[in-house]
Amino acid sequence: MATTAKTQIIADPGVQRIVITRAFAAPRDLVYRAYTDPELLVQWLGPRRLTLTVERLDVRDGGTWRYIHRDSDGTEAGFHGVFHGTPSPDNMVRTFEYEGAPGHVSLETATFEERDGKTLVRTNAVFQSVEDRDAMIQSGMESGVNEGMERLDELLARMAAAS
Amino acid sequence: MAADQLSAVFGALADPTRRAILARLAEGDANVAELATPFEMSQPAISRHLKVLERAGLISRRRRATARLSHLEAQPLREATAWLARYRAYWDESYDRLDALLAELQDKRDEPDEPDEEDERTG
Repeated sequence: MATTAKTQIIADPGVQRIVITRAFAAPRDLVYRAYTDPELLVQWLGPRRLTLTVERLDVRDGGTWRYIHRDSDGTEAGFHGVFHGTPSPDNMVRTFEYEGAPGHVSLETATFEERDGKTLVRTNAVFQSVEDRDAMIQSGMESGVNEGMERLDELLARMAAAS
Repeated sequence: MAADQLSAVFGALADPTRRAILARLAEGDANVAELATPFEMSQPAISRHLKVLERAGLISRRRRATARLSHLEAQPLREATAWLARYRAYWDESYDRLDALLAELQDKRDEPDEPDEEDERTG
């Protein structure tokens, strides 16, 4: 089944993992910079209607990071974690915790792979439980937004990609 | 939607035959013989798939005369789609913004010393 979605999200039922894959038309050092330079990160991470503040982004072994999403009402959602191992485009490993659910931590591994001038970014997030994984997906990373993509063919295409 | 039902829905959708059955039922109710026709599969095998779909709430079945008709129940599918849609929308929008940023950064990189158009015009 064909899918036109550029971003592939795999969230298999009953598995405490989310895998997100996306290709970008740029060399990998540039894509990696967009992930690790706070000035660049605030220009793309999250929907436009939310303001992103990068409080800390200490990209080294043991370094901590903290982001805050803020909507126009001033509602805030904070996220933080720690880098593990020396981060590089081959392997960027960090913990991720939504501050609305302290103690529920996921482990993210991101890889940046250059192929034919494009960079494939693959993010593998492993949660402590299937319930935690499902809660993260259900939250949609933010509250109160429903983009209304309620189309059967899209769902089936994703399921086909996942199976 | 409860997590258990969501798992049942996704489990039911993980099979290509069951997805094809749902696609057929989207066109209208059908009995087991009609559903079995496009597949090289026995009616009992199709019945087993229908049981999985029924348990997940994706179809309902009712008798009409001697035939037992399957009917697509759209609501669990809508809820299952909406479940991933918000998370997907977050990443789709973020990555579209990143596309634009990367294009902008590469333009700057390709033309490092070129003065911008306004300077050329006024200077």
